[in-house]
Amino acid sequence: MKSISLLTIIYCIVIYTTIISCSDKKSYTPERIKSDNISIDTYLTEDLTITAFIKPYKEAIQSEMDSILAYVPASHSKKDSKYNTAIGNMMSDAVFEMTNPIYKQKTGHSLDAVLLNYGGIRSSLNKGNITTRTAYEIMPFENEIVVLEMTASQVNKMFEYLQNGTAHPFTGITIQLDKAGTISKSQIQGKDIDTTKTYFIATSDYLKNGGDNMNFFSDSKSELFLNYKIRNVLIDYFKKHDTIAPIVDNRFTREAK
Amino acid sequence: MIRRKFIKQTAAAASLVTVGGLTSSAFSLNSKKQITILHTNDVHSHVEPFPSTDPKYANLGGAARRMDIIKKIRQEQPNVLLLDAGDMFQGTPYFNFYGGELEFKLMSMMRYDSATIGNHDFDNGIGGLAAQVPNASFSLLSANYDFKNTIMDGLVKPYQVFVKDGVRIGVFGIGIKLEGLVNKTMYKETTYLDPIEITTDTVKQLRETEECDLVICLSHLGYQYKNPDRICDTQLAQKTTGIDLIIGGHTHTFLEKPTIAQNKDGKFVLINQVGWGGINLGRVDFYLDESKNVTSSSLVLDI
Repeated sequence: MKSISLLTIIYCIVIYTTIISCSDKKSYTPERIKSDNISIDTYLTEDLTITAFIKPYKEAIQSEMDSILAYVPASHSKKDSKYNTAIGNMMSDAVFEMTNPIYKQKTGHSLDAVLLNYGGIRSSLNKGNITTRTAYEIMPFENEIVVLEMTASQVNKMFEYLQNGTAHPFTGITIQLDKAGTISKSQIQGKDIDTTKTYFIATSDYLKNGGDNMNFFSDSKSELFLNYKIRNVLIDYFKKHDTIAPIVDNRFTREAK
Repeated sequence: MIRRKFIKQTAAAASLVTVGGLTSSAFSLNSKKQITILHTNDVHSHVEPFPSTDPKYANLGGAARRMDIIKKIRQEQPNVLLLDAGDMFQGTPYFNFYGGELEFKLMSMMRYDSATIGNHDFDNGIGGLAAQVPNASFSLLSANYDFKNTIMDGLVKPYQVFVKDGVRIGVFGIGIKLEGLVNKTMYKETTYLDPIEITTDTVKQLRETEECDLVICLSHLGYQYKNPDRICDTQLAQKTTGIDLIIGGHTHTFLEKPTIAQNKDGKFVLINQVGWGGINLGRVDFYLDESKNVTSSSLVLDI
């Protein structure tokens, strides 16, 4: 094979290259890549076609957001009290009131309780008119209501979780803590837990999926999504009631030291 | 812009390429091409700039200003692709009130070419997404969501090939695992397929059958996670071959400049992601030459 000369090799390479360049499609290869991410900032002028296109959408939203749904005579914040808060009670009561008829109609069962989470109260309720915007501020997320069928032991795990004292909004549940902070009374609909019974508890899809470590929701016996967003629950609740005047009550208390 | 790196890739067959370069140097002047990729991700219905009271992003973003810079770039550069890596929907009342109609109409006005589908694009259910497709003049791309048994069947393509100035650019979409992230009632019978397997097959199709010169992945997998078993853009880059650029989303990662990763063959892959909310517009310019004219296989990364 030593008869193959260097010249032959070069000749072969040239033929090979010619064949490549004769293929019907030219092929391209990057030789340089440059990058420059651009900040969309005030140095740019607004494109007026776009601004004009957005305008009618914006105005319709503003008028809808500013539409008055109800009146609240006093301001309420989730930081106003411990164990249970007026604004939290309003939220879980609203969920109970608005979703119980729907659940009953769909399944024949009544709701036993509602449990939401303290962190899910995203804004205070300020004295004056309540508008659609208020509902968006309190509940900016898209979470929806799911009703879970839970066993007595799962409900007891829920009580254990609630024992730490955080003012998670709930309705249909009563908890009393003793001086030491352990549960002395825990009831659903004013009754002690019946180990032969299952309980229908409404919550948000976020908590059902283990949000805030509410893992007791994860093994429920059955679940039903109501296709009802918590924000829409609030909007409908505000539309239903002229005056919103929630109070702190004794659904969750701790014996004074 | 800071010139950060100057990187050369070792030529695999330097002598062959050199001969090729010698034979055709006369044509090299008009064979050079520039392709400009503009991109967004996770705009989340932020059609207007963030309010002046926003603690972090006051006055930033907005579709009208984005359009302004896109127009300016198009005036300077004819070969532009405008792409989005998903989560166009959800985040402002514009979505709650109009279900994505305005977002899609504005993207069409800006002449977006393609977008992939993010988890939040299912927030009004798969029917809600399908209802907005008539408002999109751009293509929806996803190679690893199988929509066969859903209302989206036929409305999404795995990839699209764009030809700009003779350069063939293959763009494909990769979506995140929906289970546990989106309610099944929302995505219904959408099937999630393995990103690495699908990417491998799709890139092969784009490189071999479609003869693409550039391959771009629109990914909504997320940039990177603490859990090393969770598939992300950096892994997708490392475990595949043939991708030039991954445009990412989902994790709302503000990359100051694209990350340079190395693929399975040791070649460079860029990963870019520009935060969220339309605060930034990503820009990546590819300067290409006819493969036979590339006098060495050195690639300059000027990023």
